[in-house]
Amino acid sequence: MGKVLPLGGNYAVAYAVKACKPEVITAYPISPQTTIVERLSEFVANGELDAEFLHVESEHSALSVAIGAAAAGARSYSATCSQGLALMNELLYIMAYVRLPMALTIVARALSAPINIWNDHSDFMSVNDSGWIMMMSSSNQEAYDEILLAYRIAEDPRVLLPVITAMDGYIQSHVVEPVEIVDDEEALSFAPKRRSWVTLNPDKPVTMGPVGDPNWYFEFKRQLWEAMKGSRAVFDEAVAEFAKKFGRSYSAIETYRLDDAEVAIVGMGSFMGTIKAYVDRARKDGIKVGALRVKLFRPFPAEDVAKALSNVKLVGVMDRALVPGSPTGGFLHSDVACSIKQAGLDVRTLGYIAGLGGRLLTMDNVRQMVDVLLKYKDSKEVPKEPIFIGVRE
Amino acid sequence: MSRFEIRWHGRGGQGIVTAADLTATAAIKSGFYAQSIPTFGTERRGSPVIAYNRIDRQQIFERSPVVEPDAVVVADPHLLVNPKPLGAGLKSGGYLIVNTAKSAGEVREIFKRSDIKIAVVNATKLSMDILKAPIVNTAMVGALIAATHILTLESVAEAVKDRFPSRLVEPNVQLIKQAYEFVKVE
Amino acid sequence: MSLPGWKQLPIGVVILNPGNSVEYKTGEWRTLRPEIDQEKCIRCRTCWTFCPEGAILEVSEPYKTKAGREFKLTYKVNYEHCKGCGICSNECPAKAIAMVEEVI
Repeated sequence: MGKVLPLGGNYAVAYAVKACKPEVITAYPISPQTTIVERLSEFVANGELDAEFLHVESEHSALSVAIGAAAAGARSYSATCSQGLALMNELLYIMAYVRLPMALTIVARALSAPINIWNDHSDFMSVNDSGWIMMMSSSNQEAYDEILLAYRIAEDPRVLLPVITAMDGYIQSHVVEPVEIVDDEEALSFAPKRRSWVTLNPDKPVTMGPVGDPNWYFEFKRQLWEAMKGSRAVFDEAVAEFAKKFGRSYSAIETYRLDDAEVAIVGMGSFMGTIKAYVDRARKDGIKVGALRVKLFRPFPAEDVAKALSNVKLVGVMDRALVPGSPTGGFLHSDVACSIKQAGLDVRTLGYIAGLGGRLLTMDNVRQMVDVLLKYKDSKEVPKEPIFIGVRE
Repeated sequence: MSRFEIRWHGRGGQGIVTAADLTATAAIKSGFYAQSIPTFGTERRGSPVIAYNRIDRQQIFERSPVVEPDAVVVADPHLLVNPKPLGAGLKSGGYLIVNTAKSAGEVREIFKRSDIKIAVVNATKLSMDILKAPIVNTAMVGALIAATHILTLESVAEAVKDRFPSRLVEPNVQLIKQAYEFVKVE
Repeated sequence: MSLPGWKQLPIGVVILNPGNSVEYKTGEWRTLRPEIDQEKCIRCRTCWTFCPEGAILEVSEPYKTKAGREFKLTYKVNYEHCKGCGICSNECPAKAIAMVEEVI
């Protein structure tokens, strides 16, 4: 077993990346991500990690260089958030469709305007169609563990997709918690360097990323749909192996006291911890409430979500990013509602938009959310528009 | 010990976030589960800063600021001018630990609460003597553990060794011991 | 010709047999064809350099002009790939390349 260190989320991720021994790290600082690459640069500078550490001139270049490195066969890493992720945007799709593996950490932060460096899920959600496998943790330990999972899944020859691991900015990245770190050899034996993809090699030349005219483009989109779908089995295998090796279990969704729940709150990220604590409190008052946290967002675990919610009367889905003009107002709510519909269940949903731009979320906000569910749990009509939690009227 | 929650008040530059980090580090080293939670603003040197700790035997799920602390630490006596946010939510039977030259009785007058324990220490003077700088964070950690007995001196000294550059370890450990010794609890 | 389906394609946007563009006979695009007058050609290699398709061939074939000048090389056109753009003709310092109508 490894040792337990008091670590903020960013340092936890830096330690995990070091253990996975990437050959190329590309870095452009942006709050609240900066201390990940700062700590990695220290590891490289003091000889603890043998990697090319590239200070690039923008996030666009950070991912461009990572694509080049992965194309050459290197294990690559970068981290960003918010405007930085927006600047990376066009490269995200290229990396996914050329099927190059890497791990990229998003330290979730709001998107401008107004300029805001604080936490919500706007950046994460904005790239949900980019073809990357996407997961979000809820503790620093999980943020650490996700890096190991990311490299194992990304480089699996049955997958070959890049992976985003996300955590909440500040609320995780800068909050210190105990984190158990594993030995480098253990990490590498769990996530070995597979070199399982086609690379640029002068002895065996290939052409990467050529034009795909209307005769060809569509086939690659079709291919990625299948790869994403197939990655779920590899994810399940990886978390099972992880539990066996390191004793910590994860799954695509985390359910909490749902078995006899009448109402449930669904959400993502670290605030689900506070929701779980509230569930415990409400249960003592006889309120039958449960919680469901979506860890794996792409591929979306639709069947798992529907099955877990099948006996609930009314589900409240908390989105921490707003999609103006969409039927639900949030990507997570839309996907949860669709999962329930596809399963043919008679379970209704309503949505909350909460905690945008770092707006404080408290136990009292959870009470508000649960109160709404209790009010509507037996009524025919439920609100169609999202309920904005914690905004001034 | 069941759950113990702390709220730190200070000003930018006094090392409040580091104080909370040290406390969490010492707690984790002592086998507790602990969180150190800074608040995240556009703080500049001199502006009011808040940080939090949660310490428990169990894993902590909560991800929100501490609302009803068991202990409040006030690292800057100037903050006493506006005592309301300092005392907000402090549990009955809880601890108020203040860096001040005033007596515990004088501080009690300001807060008008008879249901809390009050601890005072002139941390500014101690840190000027030992560090030659008004950096009171480690002194306040010493005062906190002396008043509440939530952690041992040894575990805090270990945490300082862990987090501080080596030249700063000895003076800070000395400062913590002094504050631990001179704090007055009523 | 039927194209491969998505299951037959290599993983990712990758071409595993590089240089396969020679299979693409762009010569069909041509309206005017370049014809090199071997009498006027001074073997300066300018056309070979400028051709965007690499369709000028440098062949080890001796040629002796009527005036008695001897060359070791001859420049020819790869008509399978020449698109008829006329750049060679435009660039030729000896005005040795004529663009003539393709008669099919």
